[in-house]
Amino acid sequence: MLATRVFRLVGNRALSTSICLRGGHGVAKVEDYTLPAYFDRRESPLPDIKFVQQLSPEQKSLKEKEKGSWAALSKEEKIALYRISFKESFAEMDKGTGEWKSVVAGIFFFIGFTGLVVLWQRKYVYGDVPHTFDPEYKQKEVQRMLDMRINPVEGFSAKWDYENNAWKK
Amino acid sequence: MFRAALRLSVSGARSLTRSRPQYTASVAARSYSHGKQETDEEFDARWVTYFNKPDIDAWELRKGMNTLIGYDLVPEPKILEAALRACRRLNDLASAIRILEAVKDKSGPHKEIYPYVLQELQPTLNELGIPTPEELGIDEA
Repeated sequence: MLATRVFRLVGNRALSTSICLRGGHGVAKVEDYTLPAYFDRRESPLPDIKFVQQLSPEQKSLKEKEKGSWAALSKEEKIALYRISFKESFAEMDKGTGEWKSVVAGIFFFIGFTGLVVLWQRKYVYGDVPHTFDPEYKQKEVQRMLDMRINPVEGFSAKWDYENNAWKK
Repeated sequence: MFRAALRLSVSGARSLTRSRPQYTASVAARSYSHGKQETDEEFDARWVTYFNKPDIDAWELRKGMNTLIGYDLVPEPKILEAALRACRRLNDLASAIRILEAVKDKSGPHKEIYPYVLQELQPTLNELGIPTPEELGIDEA
């Protein structure tokens, strides 16, 4: 009696699920995840179960009509029969989600936010740069480098015109 | 032993040259180092026989189709015809339409295969009253 009740619960799903009797305590509850599931997959076009398990009366009568000639079915009826068995058509299951747009938008947003954080840090967190960055100090530095003839062949001092005390044109 | 190896390599070379768009079902890719390779005709005949079983049940139809789609080939129209007739025996129009969708999907970039298959199957589709996905408008998302 318990077993038939469970069978009716299961409906027209796979009746091969085993009902285990544990030590005379009765029938274990059949968990949902143990039963065959429906999924739309390109590589497995006919899933284990139909998509719609509980048929409405119209759907039931349509199923009866399906036993006759298929040419007698209207286009809407054929589509209805398809939708009973399947959730999404191949075209629907294959179409893209446009998720990439959200991803790119998120990337730009967070890069922008990071930029704001960096600007704020510059203003409120970092102290002054060392005095060696002052323009006057830099000038003295350049003069010292020229006096030392840094890279006189092809590099730094090579570009300085010592006769006219100016950079070479 | 050498003769067997030569025979196998020859048939291997034959299947290698079939790189142009295939309308024929080719051999399932198995690397046996021994044993007879199944020819395309044997493969087709085996599958046609499978779907032609008069009292085929729904599970067998599903298993057959899912396995067939798993192979690296587009099934021959004659196999598909047998499968569609099996759907008719099982009073399952939805699966018949699904099979056509799967064939189109299986062709991948070779867009000329699906129209060819439909052309070959047209008499069967008319006889059984099976619409194509395009006729129903479910070929677009």
